[in-house]
Amino acid sequence: MKKCLLTNSNALFNKIAENNTLYIPVDLEQGRVAYKKFQDGLKMSDALKTDRSAKDFFFPQTETLMAFKTQGKSIEVIDTRSENEDFVVFGVRACDVKSLEVLDKVFLAEPVDTYYKNRREHGVIVSMACSRPVETCFCQTFGIDASQPEGDIVCYKTDDAFYFDAKTEKGEKVIDQMGDLVQDCDDSVVNAEKAKIKEILNKLPLKDLKADAFGKDKTDEYFNSPEWKNLSESCLGCGTCTFVCPTCQCYDIKDFKTNNGVERFRCWDSCMYSDFTKMSAGQPRVTQMERFRQRFMHKLVYFPTNNDGMFSCVGCGRCVSKCPISMNIVKVMKTLGGKNNG
Amino acid sequence: MQKITRDNLIEIAEKLLADGTVTRVLGWKKGEFSYDQTPAIFTSVQEMKDSFVFDDFSGANFSKYLVKETRKEDGKVLAFLKPCDTYSFNQLLTEHRFDREKVYVVGIPCEGMVDINKIKMALGDGVVSINTDSNTLKVETLYDGVKEIAKADVLLERCKNCKSKKHVAFDQLLGEEGDVVDSNRFDQVAELEKMSADERFAFWQNELSRCIRCNACRDACPACTCEKCVFDNPNSGVENKSPANSFEEKMFHIIRAFHVAGRCTDCGECSRVCPQNIPLHLLNRKFIKDINSFYGDYQAGEEVGSRAPLVNYTKEDIEPGDAVNKGDK
Amino acid sequence: MQVNEFKPKIVAFCCNWCSYAGADLAGGSRLSYPAEVKVIRVPCSCRVNPMFVLRAFQRGADGVIICGCHPGDCHYTSGNYFTRRRMALLFSMLDYLGIEKERTRVEWVSAAEGAKFAATMNDFVQTVTALGENKRLEDLRCKR
Repeated sequence: MKKCLLTNSNALFNKIAENNTLYIPVDLEQGRVAYKKFQDGLKMSDALKTDRSAKDFFFPQTETLMAFKTQGKSIEVIDTRSENEDFVVFGVRACDVKSLEVLDKVFLAEPVDTYYKNRREHGVIVSMACSRPVETCFCQTFGIDASQPEGDIVCYKTDDAFYFDAKTEKGEKVIDQMGDLVQDCDDSVVNAEKAKIKEILNKLPLKDLKADAFGKDKTDEYFNSPEWKNLSESCLGCGTCTFVCPTCQCYDIKDFKTNNGVERFRCWDSCMYSDFTKMSAGQPRVTQMERFRQRFMHKLVYFPTNNDGMFSCVGCGRCVSKCPISMNIVKVMKTLGGKNNG
Repeated sequence: MQKITRDNLIEIAEKLLADGTVTRVLGWKKGEFSYDQTPAIFTSVQEMKDSFVFDDFSGANFSKYLVKETRKEDGKVLAFLKPCDTYSFNQLLTEHRFDREKVYVVGIPCEGMVDINKIKMALGDGVVSINTDSNTLKVETLYDGVKEIAKADVLLERCKNCKSKKHVAFDQLLGEEGDVVDSNRFDQVAELEKMSADERFAFWQNELSRCIRCNACRDACPACTCEKCVFDNPNSGVENKSPANSFEEKMFHIIRAFHVAGRCTDCGECSRVCPQNIPLHLLNRKFIKDINSFYGDYQAGEEVGSRAPLVNYTKEDIEPGDAVNKGDK
Repeated sequence: MQVNEFKPKIVAFCCNWCSYAGADLAGGSRLSYPAEVKVIRVPCSCRVNPMFVLRAFQRGADGVIICGCHPGDCHYTSGNYFTRRRMALLFSMLDYLGIEKERTRVEWVSAAEGAKFAATMNDFVQTVTALGENKRLEDLRCKR
């Protein structure tokens, strides 16, 4: 365990930024919070969550995969990837760290997504325990412990200091780079902090929400449930929930016609959209009810079925607070799973 | 004015359901917390007693739901509409988007709805309960206990600049009829107009760069009721799904606002639903302000069947070149 | 003369009945107007959807001009009146977003006004040349 006084935080960030591109959560106008590239003097936000998750660093909303350039009768294929530098994302919460594990299952399984893999290899996650979780949090439902996040380095922030614990080789390297800005210390402060967090977690309104009713091989149980109709009735079919979700990983690949050729890019897509996975024969899910069902079945049933029971929801609560009509996975779970579900 | 409560509305619905005037009710359903209600259809009084709510968080505009709902089955649907919702309602009727005979409108007076984000910004996150019984909200958070905040300070943007407390459509009205009110809703637009072009460009670049193209602004908009949006049509050449660069962002938002120009009632749903807090109403209001100053005051939805300014003309209309220069003054 | 002098790309939407014929007349009368102007013929100026204007900028235009019959002379009676309202609002909006207002223009040019067509185009090209490249409504992908 290493310790760094908060009074030295600017120096610490500068130190990390010497060797890596460093991103820290920053408070913006009107209560917005976003990751920004660290520059000397930039203040870290104390907010619980960034508006957009750390997913953006590994699976950006749009990226160019390759480009084609035509000249006369020849076509040149251009690899548009630029070599990634090492980067550090600071202050990732337990739920968002877990979301990367979910994304790994998708993108690092054969066939490996080299774009994603490249970023994962270059990225170092400094996670941060949640000292002030809020009412929309329900990570406990999915077995995530906000007092003990995963990540390359686990960080605890108290009133006067950061406490770091390296969990991986990559993490240790970054701690080494911090040099004499960090000192060895024992676990006592961190253990007290953990206990404090656990106490708060027990007070959260959604603490009793359970996912036990869902998971592997439950497709038949829920697919034809009459509840889907009522649940999806007010869904606007926008993509807010999908785009703020740290685990949603569907994308579309499109060609953009440039001046002298084509840029092939991919961008996030949403299963809520009427043109999602559209083929020559049309959209496989014609009604909003089917699209709505797809999203939640994927999170709660299909994904666990294909990935040893791992849910693809991490309970970050972003969809809970952002949905324009306040329909969300919590309401879906409570309705479908029955009263014993929380 | 007497405050309308959930019980008042259930009482009305009970009567209308019982005498067969309506077969179902479009209302707000209780959520997990005190602020996250969802629009829902209720078919019995029991259902309403179980989960119907109406309070300061019942902000959603129901008019657009009527397009879908009235096509579902025979029989009337009961819709509780706030004054601003009735403008959208009329505008949809003007565009023949649903059958008026299939809706029974109960106009409910409105003293403004509350924005949960503003509460959280002022008092901190972790809101576990909110008491909205009076004009001073009592907000309990996980970390700071119960705190009070004036309702007037946390109103939704559209309510802060409310344009009308008058119902322009209803079958039955609760309480007394209100009036069209003077609002300062164009002040922000005027402020932007006063800036230099460079400042305006920087302002919008910053705001629009946050767009994640979730389309919530479009999907919530009661004026956006095309069966197939051009941005969802793979053959349109503009269906790129992504905020790939600043051009795409501007294109989407200019076209979105332009397509509802003259039809937008300024209900403010676009800004309310934006997950990235982009002040989209400032685009729509610019069009409304221009329309008012170029072609005379026009309020979309004020009366059914009125001719929208963009499908109308006079021989003496302002020239486009002069229109732009007018903003300079 | 500088070799890399900036040559703007101008898109001119011309109504079939007046302005396009006006352009023809300009040519027939041997009046010159810059080659930077790319004329796109439309059945009526009111065929021009605001999206056309934006798309022209996206695809690399530095200026967009819409030409139609004089108000009152529309081949379809009232098309250009609608153009006038539409473009007034669109241009005002572009200006509101901080995009140079000189990059867009509407001119009424009849079939008999070859000279006006040439003069308008010369003037517009000059104005846009002075402004330089369109940066605020550009799509970099289209320049690759």
